[in-house]
Amino acid sequence: MSTLQSLDIAKRSAVTTPTPDVRREIPQVAKLIDVSSCIGCKACQSACMEWNDLRDDIGTCHGVYDNPMDMTPQSWTVMKFSEVEVTPGRLEWLIRKDGCMHCEDPGCLKACPSPGAIVKYANGIVDFISENCIGCGYCVKGCPFDVPRISEKDNKAYKCSLCADRVAVSQEPACAKACPTGAIRFGSKEDMLTYGEGRVTELKTRGYDKAAVYNPDGVGGTHVMYVLQHGDKPELYSNLPANPSISPMVAIWKGLAKPVALATMIGAAVVAFFHHMKQGPLEVPEDDEDYVADGQPNVVGASPGERTHVNDA
Amino acid sequence: MRKLFIQRYTDNQRINHWMVVVCFGLAGFSGLALFHPSMFFLTNLFGGPQWTRVLHPYLGIAVFVLFLLMFLAFWRVNTWKREDSQWVEKAPKLVFEGDESQMPPVGKYNAGQKLVFWSMTLSLIVLLCTGVLFWQAWFANSVPIPVQRVAVVLHALAAFIMSLTAVVHIYAAIWVKGTLRAMTQGTVSAGWAKRHHLLWYRDKMEGQARVPDQRAG
Repeated sequence: MSTLQSLDIAKRSAVTTPTPDVRREIPQVAKLIDVSSCIGCKACQSACMEWNDLRDDIGTCHGVYDNPMDMTPQSWTVMKFSEVEVTPGRLEWLIRKDGCMHCEDPGCLKACPSPGAIVKYANGIVDFISENCIGCGYCVKGCPFDVPRISEKDNKAYKCSLCADRVAVSQEPACAKACPTGAIRFGSKEDMLTYGEGRVTELKTRGYDKAAVYNPDGVGGTHVMYVLQHGDKPELYSNLPANPSISPMVAIWKGLAKPVALATMIGAAVVAFFHHMKQGPLEVPEDDEDYVADGQPNVVGASPGERTHVNDA
Repeated sequence: MRKLFIQRYTDNQRINHWMVVVCFGLAGFSGLALFHPSMFFLTNLFGGPQWTRVLHPYLGIAVFVLFLLMFLAFWRVNTWKREDSQWVEKAPKLVFEGDESQMPPVGKYNAGQKLVFWSMTLSLIVLLCTGVLFWQAWFANSVPIPVQRVAVVLHALAAFIMSLTAVVHIYAAIWVKGTLRAMTQGTVSAGWAKRHHLLWYRDKMEGQARVPDQRAG
């Protein structure tokens, strides 16, 4: 939401020079969401609203528990309820807390054209700096998880900040604090991975052979991770992508295309300049035929046979 | 003795052209500002980054609409003819050696000018169609994200091609002396027309049989 001077910045959008980098050893943080321990109470959603002062419009009931149905500029996290039968005859209710994944290689930041509108703090949190946001919606195209939402009221992009303001003062994110079952944990990424592995081991003893921690490599890992009972089928959890990565379209657009196109356009003007310096102008030789006597009309008009006077040299 | 000129463009056509120039320049610079971080300073020309984002699509639409008027006025004379292909074959000699003697005679537009015309036309169609797809304020929320991703790449590509075309177009007008006045005054010298657009020159002079008489008089 706003720049936090207490947090070091590792990456800024649309900036080609390095960010301040003398401080070392800043621990990477992560949030671990254990889907197998989630009871779908939505305390996290409420806590998010409360801490971030967000109040979404009152919606309508769609006949399911999801409320609202999807993330909005006012709802940065939403519980997604899926009813699945992985084993026939055995209904499972999978509840995934959807929100920004805080990618190590954030597609939103890569796509953003406004310097410093998206930052990645040294601890791994990806945050939108609203005062620099111009409302173009490029982050939406960059994100592999369909997370950013552009407000129609103020044309700014919004998403979960991982409570960067709380983390900056050594507090855990509001959702983690509110969770009554401990399904949402927050700490160093290392600790969260260790804890997650422990949960995976336990789930395996309970028959979930494919249980896994969701920390996808395609985006360099994430700072929001899940423990999934069915780690081999993340799509079961409201279409969590199995192999998320920045779209090749965005990679071309924001990768090679930028410098090559700019250099070519400037190059074309330079080539034109030197062509002129070498060849000189293409001039028309003088010819008596191209003159008329003084006092005669000297402009052949648009319509046939028309000729007019123009006071011209 | 006074130089003989031929009317090449009407006042309205020139006004139309310069309106396209202004809008294209503004749309181009605002687009460039959002394309590469090193060009972001151009947002200062438009009242800041937010305003650049707001204005760019409208400027783009202005270019399209104004160009459409030019397209309707000029597309017929820009259709591709067999001699245009011959002209393209001989073009390197003209461009790199300044030798115009080998060039086949052409009408109002040579093949290079026609290519500029069609390059601009096609680029603008792509720019409009793709631009609308990710125009955040109006349409982007109803367009699937994968479609928008393709649209932004094609939009950038078309803008790139159009910019290169503009460089060629502007430089050609500077390089070929006597061309610019067609856009500033509407006329070109008879000598210019005879040398660069012989068929068009003959066509314009056809009803002008009395020219030598007038000179004699």
